[in-house]
Amino acid sequence: MTNEELIALAAQEAEDAKKYRYCLDICTGTGCMSSCSDAIATAIEAEVRERGLQNEIKVKQVGCMGLCASGPILSVQPLGLLYREMTPEEGVAVLVSLLDEKPQVEKRIDTLQPFFSRQERNVLENTGVIDPERVNDYIAVGGYTALIKAITEMTSAEVVQEVLHSGLRGRGGAGYPTGLKWSTVAKVPGELKYVVCNADEGDPGAFMDRSVLESDPHRVLEGMAIAAFAVGASQGYVYVRAEYPLAIKRVKSAIKAAEKMGLIGQAICGTPFNFRVEVRLGAGAFVCGEETALLNSIEGNRGMPRLRPPYPAQSGLFGKPTLVNNVETFANIPGIINNGGAWFARIGTEKSKGTKVFALTGKITNTGLIEVPMGITLREIIYDIGGGIPNGRKFKAVQTGGPSGGCIPAEHLDTPVDYESLKNLGSMMGSGGMVVIDDSSNMIDMARFFMEFSMEESCGKCAPCRVGTVQLYNLLGKFQAGIATEEDLTTLEELCDLMRNTSLCGLGQAAPNPILSTLRYFRHEYLEKIQPSVAAPPEEAL
Amino acid sequence: MSPTTPLIKTFTIDGKPVSATEDETILDVARQNGIDIPTLCNLEGLTPTGQCRLCMVEIGGTNRMVPSCVAKPDEGMEIVTDSERLLKYRRMIVELLFSERNHICAVCVTNGHCELQAMAQRLGVDHIRYGYLHPRFRLDGSHPRYEVDHNRCILCGRCVRVCDEIEGAHTRDLRNRGIKTLVITDFDGRWGESATCTNCGKCVHVCPTGALAEKGKSVAEMAKQRHFLPYLVMRRKGLKK
Repeated sequence: MTNEELIALAAQEAEDAKKYRYCLDICTGTGCMSSCSDAIATAIEAEVRERGLQNEIKVKQVGCMGLCASGPILSVQPLGLLYREMTPEEGVAVLVSLLDEKPQVEKRIDTLQPFFSRQERNVLENTGVIDPERVNDYIAVGGYTALIKAITEMTSAEVVQEVLHSGLRGRGGAGYPTGLKWSTVAKVPGELKYVVCNADEGDPGAFMDRSVLESDPHRVLEGMAIAAFAVGASQGYVYVRAEYPLAIKRVKSAIKAAEKMGLIGQAICGTPFNFRVEVRLGAGAFVCGEETALLNSIEGNRGMPRLRPPYPAQSGLFGKPTLVNNVETFANIPGIINNGGAWFARIGTEKSKGTKVFALTGKITNTGLIEVPMGITLREIIYDIGGGIPNGRKFKAVQTGGPSGGCIPAEHLDTPVDYESLKNLGSMMGSGGMVVIDDSSNMIDMARFFMEFSMEESCGKCAPCRVGTVQLYNLLGKFQAGIATEEDLTTLEELCDLMRNTSLCGLGQAAPNPILSTLRYFRHEYLEKIQPSVAAPPEEAL
Repeated sequence: MSPTTPLIKTFTIDGKPVSATEDETILDVARQNGIDIPTLCNLEGLTPTGQCRLCMVEIGGTNRMVPSCVAKPDEGMEIVTDSERLLKYRRMIVELLFSERNHICAVCVTNGHCELQAMAQRLGVDHIRYGYLHPRFRLDGSHPRYEVDHNRCILCGRCVRVCDEIEGAHTRDLRNRGIKTLVITDFDGRWGESATCTNCGKCVHVCPTGALAEKGKSVAEMAKQRHFLPYLVMRRKGLKK
């Protein structure tokens, strides 16, 4: 498909859209689907058919609209109205009210509230707008123009330069400069190179990548294809965890559709550039989100991390140079290519550019998916966008970075969100899970929850992580039960230090973070659980 | 640089100036120079995996530690193989291994021949600070000549590697994860019924502890013979040339 054909198709789509009076968009992301949003779509469609209004009213299944707390959400375009907590009957009622020219007021969501107005949507610009299962919908909003621009108007070096200029850093959590990674893979000689999309999102409370894949899969494919062009790869893999059936289904259908259109496959756009994509499913191991374990898993081996160096850029999948990026990183690419690196870099802080998608969960009013500019403060995210803490409770801490991250207490709420600031606070950006904790929660319980997670997800390869996580989990149990001793606290801290410094991969090295950060900010909670000094504390009290 | 002139790097280990070719690891060079870095999962002749974390060394001037069995030195690096911090970590790792499964030396077939035991003695580990976890694993005595006792296994992966890399049978692999990881035979079948095992016994002899042993051996009788391994590797390399 050439650029002209693409533009013609987009124009055709726009023309088609005009003939409808209203378009009713129903969220069919996993969250709303679990509240049977597909039944709402079916009910409204049936009503439309019954009234013979197929040419006037369009019913569309779209991706996540963000405000998951109010799902299932129905959006009415072009009026820009949102309705919350819909049922099939209520959906039909909204339709009827529209036909009466008196759009229903009841259950309307205030679209001017900070939850919407404070966001800056870049990665999520099409989620909740387009039908993720129709490639034409993506093309209608300008999809695949970046790919065609890259392969027909730019050299691969220019693409890498543009990404370097953008200052984009890996959205998987560690924040490695994406452009640098690309240029490394591009420079490594090799006939065969791979591009791998890491969609093995596994942090408790995180659903960013899932939502992006479910709502806008073509965007990720486009980003991957551009990356492949930039680094000289011809084969791509999307590694999705099997727990994301809807994301898998939509990515697979997106690949098929894009292949049919000639947007991925052989001789894309008449150029010599070839790029094929396949989906590989994870079998439920958290550690497979670690890039080397992920590569092992794709190869069909046990999902255990490999030693780095050599880094995947040099010797990755099947020993070939491999670029591994996260879903969100790839989803940022089309915007950068279309608008330029400088456009991307205009948002954000000095070292962290662009926007970041977060999944807001826990004790917060507006549970949902948000995208904010880097440098926004945690307070703005939690109180303005998130709507604060429900049930009159007090904010206690926010957990970022999942089992590898830490808790940030109230006194640091005005910290700007960027890679360095969060790291300095003993937490990390992570892939974007944000779990808000109120004053009804105990921080030792929290630390132990994450330690249990790390313990069960440790692959068992290196001793510090395999045994250390279990010992830490047991020690925290002593604190929970109030039978810990001073010595236990010392052992706890020593073990954290050991794991951090000697574990083989990132999972083990970061696993003590939930303990270390709660020790740093909530040490008194640990001290309260230490038994007053007794001559001989009961040895086998557990 | 032309590929015919190998790159030689010079650096120091514990202050001693040494040199390495491109292929040599820090551990290789240390051994050539009589510096003994403790190792447990490593065995000459098998692919190093860097998983026991005992051979970690410090890179002078940084806070970084690397597993010396796999890490290659850089020009001018100052490697420290022995420091208070390293000793502390090594002790802790050995203690963690002792706390993980049942390592009661007094009743073990390899008492006196055990690498874990020797390592504890070398590092001065005289007590275990951590709670014993003592999971219970079933023994597999179905093989006519050998037996496996997972309760003494430290998951170093040597048996898996020797079976795959040297014997070429790949009878052994791992199942489960974390603390529940288990070395298995074929698809977790009984050893005696394995269709792939060649009964060569290499796994038994590379095992650092009493997890794999010959049948009929009593306490402290199971000494391991490992010199076959470097010999085999040497012969094969020779053949390739």
